Amino acid sequence: MHEFSIAINIIDIVTDAAESQGAKKVNEIELEIGDLSGVVYEAMEMAMESAVSGTWLENTNITITRIKGKAKCSQCGKMFSIDNLFDQCPECGAFNPVIQSGKELKVKSLQVE
Amino acid sequence: MCGTCGCGQSDESYKIIKPGEEEHSHHYHHHHDHTHDDEMHSHEHKHAYAHRHDHDDHGHTHEHSHGADDHSHQHAHGHAHSREIIVEQNALQKNDLLAERNRGYFEAKGVLAINLVSSPGSGKTTLLEKTIQLTKDQINLYVIEGDQQTMQDANRINNAGAPVVQINTGNGCHLDATMVSKACKQLNIDKKGILIIENVGNLVCPSLFDLGEAKRVVIMSVTEGDDKPLKYPTMFETSDICVINKIDLLPYVDFDVEKSKEFASRINPNLKFFEVSAKSEEGLADWVDWLKNELKLVG
Ligand SMILES: Nc1nc2c(ncn2[C@@H]2O[C@H](COP(=O)(O)OP(=O)(O)OP(=O)(O)O)[C@@H](O)[C@H]2O)c(=O)[nH]1
Ligand SMILES: [Mg+2]
Ligand SMILES: [Zn+2]
Ligand SMILES: [Zn+2]
Ligand SMILES: [Zn+2]
Ligand SMILES: [Zn+2]
Ligand SMILES: [Zn+2]
Repeated sequence: MHEFSIAINIIDIVTDAAESQGAKKVNEIELEIGDLSGVVYEAMEMAMESAVSGTWLENTNITITRIKGKAKCSQCGKMFSIDNLFDQCPECGAFNPVIQSGKELKVKSLQVE
Repeated sequence: MCGTCGCGQSDESYKIIKPGEEEHSHHYHHHHDHTHDDEMHSHEHKHAYAHRHDHDDHGHTHEHSHGADDHSHQHAHGHAHSREIIVEQNALQKNDLLAERNRGYFEAKGVLAINLVSSPGSGKTTLLEKTIQLTKDQINLYVIEGDQQTMQDANRINNAGAPVVQINTGNGCHLDATMVSKACKQLNIDKKGILIIENVGNLVCPSLFDLGEAKRVVIMSVTEGDDKPLKYPTMFETSDICVINKIDLLPYVDFDVEKSKEFASRINPNLKFFEVSAKSEEGLADWVDWLKNELKLVG
């Protein structure tokens, strides 16, 4: 469950950001998780819930935006949506496209008081 | 709760131990030491924090009811209203920074650091034992062993004759850059050479955690399916070398070496392959040559 240790990292980022801005309370944490990030979305949701429980972020809303995979064919240049790293170009059949999005594993923003 | 110091944490605690020095094991974990002086109301209940207020005078008094609790009450909110902080940080940024620091340390010491990953039992420790034997008196080899529990692998490496420290990750399913940096301090790397870090046997979690290595080496053994690369793409995407181990067993299993390479190359066209048997030592000469050559490049 590497999702749990990623969640711990996220909590530290949130805490540092909130404290450095003098926030007393975090109402919302906004995360972005890409489909190709190597993290399972549902596992990440659960990990965040269990990681915040008992901390000062216990009642914070956690919003995770899921980012779909998009890639550009390195041979013919076609843009296409990609579900797996081994998907091939629907136009010319080439492998190893250049990933444009879907790798995100990011703390976007916070709503604080 | 953490059994070693009773501090209330579990998942993130780990130990670093040297063979023969088990009684001095070092115990670490992630601690949260923030104090939060709370607002004016200090009653015990859970807020759903959905209350946003439409006015601009701060330090107001107002009445509202709190989610599940069926009491309503009056209290003063000293809070300013919700404001946004833009963070835009990679969730693994801290690990990535520490990994860069490790990388600098290795470069300064003239050390070639290798992160060795595979499923449990693919032959990481056996390959290490043989590599130590085959390079003795030619290369200074240092080893960091990562396992959830036991000193077994560190003891095997110690018997093979290389300096080693064991990291026991407990519930943790991968090593991270902090653990490696702490283990290095105990390893006393004083000569140029190769540091091989045997990660926890797992093809998923270690893929996201940079340790500061120069090269990542993934092992797959022929007793596993030849579709491993398709099932664990991130690990093959982030590796530089793929060692196909246990080729002595090829006559007895349905493993198609060419197919497995083709699958892996779909994900990572730059992967370089070695086909070996850590048991019979077939193919190990090429592996050792590669190590020697990479060490030269470190300068
Ligand atoms: N036939 C055969 N067996 C091997 C070979 N390499 C390793 N083994 C056997 O595979 C088993 C597991 O080997 P290890 O080296 O302990 O594997 P590991 O990857 O270090 O395992 P963990 O640390 O538990 O993840 C042992 O019984 C080894 O003897 C090989 O090339 N051929
Ligand atoms: Mg091992
Ligand atoms: Zn894991
Ligand atoms: Zn194409
Ligand atoms: Zn403890
Ligand atoms: Zn914290
Ligand atoms: Zn209130």
